[in-house]
Amino acid sequence: MNDTAKIYEQGEYNFAYLDEQTKRMIRRAILKGIAIPGYQVPFASREMPMPYGWGTGGVQVTASILGEDDCLKMIDQGSDDTTNAVSLRGFFEKTAGVRTTHETAEASVIQTRHRIPEKDLREDQILVFQVPIPEPLRFLEPRETETRKMHALEDYGLMHVKLYEDIAKNGHIATTYAYPVKVNDRYVMDPSPTPKFDNPKIDEMAALQLYGAGREKRIYAIPPYTKVKSLDFEDYPFEVQKFDKPCGLCGAQNVYLDEVILDDKGGRMFVCSDSDFCEERRAAGHVGPMAGNPAAAQISGAQAEELTQ
Amino acid sequence: MSVFQSDDPLLQVRNVTRYYGDRIGCSEVSFDLWPGEVLAIVGESGSGKTTLLNCLSTRLAPTAGAIEYRMRDGSMRNLYQLTEAERRLLMRTDWGFVHQNAAEGLRMTVSAGANVGERLMAIGDRHYGKIRSTADDWLGRVEIESDRIDDDPRSFSGGMRQRLQIARNLVTRPRLVFMDEPTGGLDVSVQARLLDLLRRLVADLGLSVVIVTHDLAVARLLSHRIMVMRHGNVIESGLTDQVLDDPREPYTQLLVSSILQV
Amino acid sequence: MAVRLYLNNVGKSFTMHLQGGAVIPVVEKVEFSVNAGECVVLGGPSGAGKSSILKMIYGNYRCDDGQILVTVDEEIVNVASAEPRDVLRLRDNTIGYVSQFLRTIPRVSAEDVVAEPLIAQGAGEEEGLETARSLLARLNVPERLWTLPPATFSGGEQQRVNIARGFIAHYPILLLDEPTASLDAANRAVVVRLVQEKKEQGVAMVGILHDQDVREEIADRIIDVTSFSADVAA
Repeated sequence: MNDTAKIYEQGEYNFAYLDEQTKRMIRRAILKGIAIPGYQVPFASREMPMPYGWGTGGVQVTASILGEDDCLKMIDQGSDDTTNAVSLRGFFEKTAGVRTTHETAEASVIQTRHRIPEKDLREDQILVFQVPIPEPLRFLEPRETETRKMHALEDYGLMHVKLYEDIAKNGHIATTYAYPVKVNDRYVMDPSPTPKFDNPKIDEMAALQLYGAGREKRIYAIPPYTKVKSLDFEDYPFEVQKFDKPCGLCGAQNVYLDEVILDDKGGRMFVCSDSDFCEERRAAGHVGPMAGNPAAAQISGAQAEELTQ
Repeated sequence: MSVFQSDDPLLQVRNVTRYYGDRIGCSEVSFDLWPGEVLAIVGESGSGKTTLLNCLSTRLAPTAGAIEYRMRDGSMRNLYQLTEAERRLLMRTDWGFVHQNAAEGLRMTVSAGANVGERLMAIGDRHYGKIRSTADDWLGRVEIESDRIDDDPRSFSGGMRQRLQIARNLVTRPRLVFMDEPTGGLDVSVQARLLDLLRRLVADLGLSVVIVTHDLAVARLLSHRIMVMRHGNVIESGLTDQVLDDPREPYTQLLVSSILQV
Repeated sequence: MAVRLYLNNVGKSFTMHLQGGAVIPVVEKVEFSVNAGECVVLGGPSGAGKSSILKMIYGNYRCDDGQILVTVDEEIVNVASAEPRDVLRLRDNTIGYVSQFLRTIPRVSAEDVVAEPLIAQGAGEEEGLETARSLLARLNVPERLWTLPPATFSGGEQQRVNIARGFIAHYPILLLDEPTASLDAANRAVVVRLVQEKKEQGVAMVGILHDQDVREEIADRIIDVTSFSADVAA
């Protein structure tokens, strides 16, 4: 009786859910992706015990690279505590039994949906993205055969047609998320629906970035320290969103902020989207302009409470 | 028409044949096209003229025969031995293709300006302001008002769409333009305006054109030379006014005599 | 004087496939030459083939037999066997055709219609328009019409626009197809003067002119086309 059979005999999952053959297949796709930065590698995406849209691609990538010594952080829209993040963290706690954390600095593997942590990542970390639609040309050219040819021939005029339309209609490039980039001067890539605020972080990042699209069966990668340029025009250069206020709770400047509704009388505040980053700053004594507000305190308290659990 | 001075043909077509299974699309077609020359291919539906046009424009590989094109560097290249990248570059810089149905040649969901600017962006133009002003200039040349530059072609009339398609093709100053029934399906008055515009643009830019039409009046107004096709074969060819005023073949005589005299 | 145009044993017939392949002979063994500065008028009743001969010289009708030799600079071109692009080149620079009927082009003004052949021969736009206006004035086309497209002009006005267009450019050979038909006396006189000017410039002309007075004034020679009639020769 081989090992796999023994595991099933005992009614247990293989480490990190996927069987070893599948992991090897996915690792090969990942290696190919790393070798051709930004190129979408097809892979035999498996059925996962969660619906498409919940990060089946990211989960398969994470499952394939996870080792017993890894420490996993799971974030959804910057937060460790939203449903998606909590569920997927639970999934790996159960199937792999690895250590998990909320702290960016502590994690060796970070799986994310729609954000990149504010804190700079290191060479010994891997960032795994959940990708819904990997093809940046999809909405301009629906034929998959044609988009593949366009990638092969570096035929990317159409991407600029989209940006042109943005400027013509809005006076500026209004695309704020899934903002297309050119990787290593070759492939145009969709950085998944992260806000374009995070695009500069992708460029020359020290950590390895892996992108997994489960439903679309594609994996792509950006190796550490790879040039990633956001597409733009000479006279309309790429710019990130600017927030005119600091974080209401921790006072951080130049970070990505989420709007939080405080009451039913129009009260609201802007707080760090990256909840771990915000916690850490508050713990270090930083105070934002809204920190004294009772409603805001309740939110920050709730967050602090969860952290202690 | 001093464009007839060049002695080097732009396009050399030799024995081009296309079968659809056992059925003949077009058979053993040969001709030369010179710079600045407008060649009309006429014939009724099913005569093989569109098959031939598609073979010439690399949209449909011929079963047999050779098509050579003089590239901008002066070298003659067999079109079906170009790499896909070379072929695409040719099609969006040195060539144009005007479809009968403008929706096939336009991006209906993007603005007129972006439709015209697409070729420029495809060859690497990255200055929004310059792309837009070039697009605006070309819209003017095809008589589309500047204030329509941000409208998408779904809101355009048939004639305007066709004029937009022409601007979109001509913006890179191609040397060879293929046209498939460019005035088909338009009202007579709209046709007249479009023909006049085409005639002027072709002369001003010194374009070489291969135009497929079943309308002999269109051929007479636009073309220097004409090829009459029937059942996949070229049955008569020559100077346009000569073929139309002194037709020799029974079928050509029938075609010419079938024109309604107004 | 130098020979500009030489028709050698030219023959033409029409085969009417829609009428059971009936062959209609037009002319046979046409032979004549025209010198520089000479105006040859083709005579004979209508149907004798005058117009067909003119059209063959212009390349508009095909020539079944013989040669139509045209002197172009130092070279001799045979219109009967020339490639389409060579015929077009001849029409740009060597052979002009003045016909009665104007094929109007929508939306192009009268002065532009007239100036076009001269501009095509390399004249500047301003020079072309100046010359066009002076010709239109000489032919008594009212000045208010010059900038309008001729499609809506009266028959006589259109005809005069077309005469101006035919005479404006410098062709060594000019074919005149009834240029004076239905013109009033004053305008006929202008056309006669224009023909004489062309003669002085050494232009070789072949014309069809039914107007007896005009014919006498400008014809250096009259060739009776009935002598080339296929029936007679048969």
